Amino acid sequence: MTNIVKNETRRDFLKVSGTVAGGLALGFYLPSGPRVAQADAGGGYASPNAWVRIGLDNTVTIMVARSEMGQDVYTSMPMLVAEELEVDMNKIKVEFAPPAEVYINALLGGQLTGGSTSVRDAWEKLRKAGASARMMLIAAAADDWGVDTGSCKAMDGVVTGPGGKRATYGSLAAKASQMEVPRDVPLKPASQFKVVGNVRQKRLDTPAKVRGTAQFGIDTRIPGMKYAAVRMPPMIGGKVASYDDSRAKNYPGVQAVVQYSRGIAVVADDYWTAKKAAATLDVRWDGGPNANLDMRGLWQGLEQASAQPGVVFREHGDTDAGMMEASKTITAEYRLPFVSHSPMEPMNTTADVRGDKATIITPTQFQQLIPHVVAGATGLKPEQVEVITTFLGGGFGRRVEVDYAIDAAEISKAAGMPVKMLWSREDDMTHDSYRPAGIYKFTAGLDSNGKLHALRFHSTSPSISSRLFPSVVKDGIDPFAVEGIDNFPYTADGGLRFTYQMHDTGVTVGYWRAVSHNLNAVTLESFIDELATAAGKDPIQYRIDMLDMGSTKHQWSGLSAGVPVGPRMKRALEEVRRKSKWGKKMAKGRGQGVAVMEGYNTVIAMVAEVTVSSAYDVQIDKITAVVDAGTLIHPDQALAQMQSCINYGQSACMWGEITVKNGAVEQDNFDVYRVARINEAPKELDIHFIKSDGVPGGLGEPGTPVVQPAIANAIFAATGKRPRTLPYTPENIRAS
Amino acid sequence: MKIAFQVNGKRTSVDVAPDTPLLWVLRDTLGMTGTKFGCGKALCGACTVHLNGMAVRSCQTQIGSVAGQKVTTIEGLGGNHRVQRAWMALDVPQCGYCQPGQMMSASALLAMNKNPSDQDIDAFMSGNICRCGTYPRIRAAIKAAAKMS
Repeated sequence: MTNIVKNETRRDFLKVSGTVAGGLALGFYLPSGPRVAQADAGGGYASPNAWVRIGLDNTVTIMVARSEMGQDVYTSMPMLVAEELEVDMNKIKVEFAPPAEVYINALLGGQLTGGSTSVRDAWEKLRKAGASARMMLIAAAADDWGVDTGSCKAMDGVVTGPGGKRATYGSLAAKASQMEVPRDVPLKPASQFKVVGNVRQKRLDTPAKVRGTAQFGIDTRIPGMKYAAVRMPPMIGGKVASYDDSRAKNYPGVQAVVQYSRGIAVVADDYWTAKKAAATLDVRWDGGPNANLDMRGLWQGLEQASAQPGVVFREHGDTDAGMMEASKTITAEYRLPFVSHSPMEPMNTTADVRGDKATIITPTQFQQLIPHVVAGATGLKPEQVEVITTFLGGGFGRRVEVDYAIDAAEISKAAGMPVKMLWSREDDMTHDSYRPAGIYKFTAGLDSNGKLHALRFHSTSPSISSRLFPSVVKDGIDPFAVEGIDNFPYTADGGLRFTYQMHDTGVTVGYWRAVSHNLNAVTLESFIDELATAAGKDPIQYRIDMLDMGSTKHQWSGLSAGVPVGPRMKRALEEVRRKSKWGKKMAKGRGQGVAVMEGYNTVIAMVAEVTVSSAYDVQIDKITAVVDAGTLIHPDQALAQMQSCINYGQSACMWGEITVKNGAVEQDNFDVYRVARINEAPKELDIHFIKSDGVPGGLGEPGTPVVQPAIANAIFAATGKRPRTLPYTPENIRAS
Repeated sequence: MKIAFQVNGKRTSVDVAPDTPLLWVLRDTLGMTGTKFGCGKALCGACTVHLNGMAVRSCQTQIGSVAGQKVTTIEGLGGNHRVQRAWMALDVPQCGYCQPGQMMSASALLAMNKNPSDQDIDAFMSGNICRCGTYPRIRAAIKAAAKMS
């Protein structure tokens, strides 16, 4: 784990990046890292540890080593430090940390933001960082005063001692940083929390975001910087065959036209000039291996792959025998399309590559990888690459990829000047790493009471990790293809057999908010509803009656709870039944649907209420959610994340569909790739958090999948139509 | 060709091709990066500014057509505009990228409709996409701002 990425070449990124995630999904913790206490060379501040900087002017700066893409790490993570450091949240400053080993996310094995892990990884670590710094400040004061540390106290940035002694953190910082780092760092009990759980805490990044001064990647301006617009092959995996840049080169304001690994860039004095000049490039593309790829062939490939047996990832009992014992057998096949991330800020990076140094300023979820891949692309050494992380205009998993940082570095090097490379929306939507399409087959045997007795599940989809983190793929199983069902929460006494068949379609696939929970849990929770219908049972009671109260962590549940969740699910289902007024009388064309899931150690039960027109247009009237996410650090933003997940899941399941023709993605902007707008948002969101002092669960992702089957099941309740092909468009509902 | 216009109450002139979108003049020529680029086709509203008080998509507004007119951007909203106060009070932004455009649309809406209904908000704000799903808070903040003086 210490030597993160050894190989520096771009080509080998695929191969070596697996080592980055050596800890991925294994849930191990790093031993406490080397001491990082240091003083600023200029004498302006001192740092008791890597997360806390105390200025001699008493300014307290808390370093945030995760990327802020809306999910609130800019505030929630400093809250953990501030709780124990005893500083006022409204007086602190926040800075994004550079890549460094000390900042590695132990749940993922790298300094990256994803897997709804930021706060979960930080929960003890950052409180201990705050407490440790406080103890060192107190030790410094006690030493100055010749008193016992036990007689001193820290509060609001000041240490006080016997006889009215008083010293600010700033006056103690330099000395404190030289004190011994305490080995035993006790933490406050929850009953003494003042910062954690504060319902009035505001986001610290709101003022800048409201005034328009927050610096996103796209806002970067550095001296001498020029602007790059690009032409990339429309076909996935395509290349430049030849090009004529005679017009572009002579375009007024153009500084350079350069070819780089992926395409051709025009560098100009401003972006609009670069873009217009790029449009004059006459490029011939080599379509590459996917030049003839279209949806028909792509689905045929998936169908053929789906006929393969796949690899067993969870099994108990003799499922074949269990099926024989069943009184009724139900089968269903679900199909999910590719979907794009489409964050509002298109991909961009500012790169300044010189002879012996590169500066990369970028909105990234994976800053740690960038020095290595940029070094590989430019011939520099990783330690010559400085990475500065900006605010991210949305991430959703897209910015775990580092492709656009490599591109910008190559362009800067080739043009010999600092450049800001910016993709158009079209570039962005057609060069995404898409949520995988797939086929999901279920066969269930029900007993004479309609209870699930035996279940076979067979999924067929591309593997994301095979490209990004191959070392986590073992024996044909990608742990990020089996989430959301590897932790199957129900009982099936007659046997379970879950299999996964990997199949590469040629389309680049990537981690998309909640990853395979969107595939497996979405289809599973729709299918469970089918079983309830077949059994003639109430969908909520049916689920409650079948919950496995003794379930334990399955080997592939890397980022899930790891402890029995049956009781938590039961409670969430019971509460959502009450809060949603489940079973209330509804007019014709209206219906309620339920879904429940555990992901990232958060349990969510949702009820969707929809109105479906005779033309199968769906309006979402209300979503009621009950969430057990353990201790909430920043309650208002926990709520915001649920609102966010519901919106993102709604967009995907109602409209999201990326298709390919002649190897190229067909959807290129928001006119043809529809996402939820304010008039389409659920008319009412009613979100409840279960009071808990349990360890925090993840919140950035898990609501995204749950809302989708809840909507599907509500559509069924309203219409009797069971959409098994996503998205839930009128055509797909009608055809179901 | 020099094109003179007003930005946030200040007279300015730029020497760019007249077909250059106002968006890129603001961002690249004038260095005012609060106005965001989202789609380049007036589909998402991230680039919304006011032209003589009316909300327009600056990615589709050629600078040549702006000569002699008044442009207001998020920087010109002042920081204490009631829309901004409401946005802060309700912690509307998540990633925050679309929010300058959202606030420029919302402030234009409130300038012509003192007390917008849900339907009014839907109609006026549906041109502004937010991928983070801040819609419930945007709606609440517009209503809160309507009540502020």
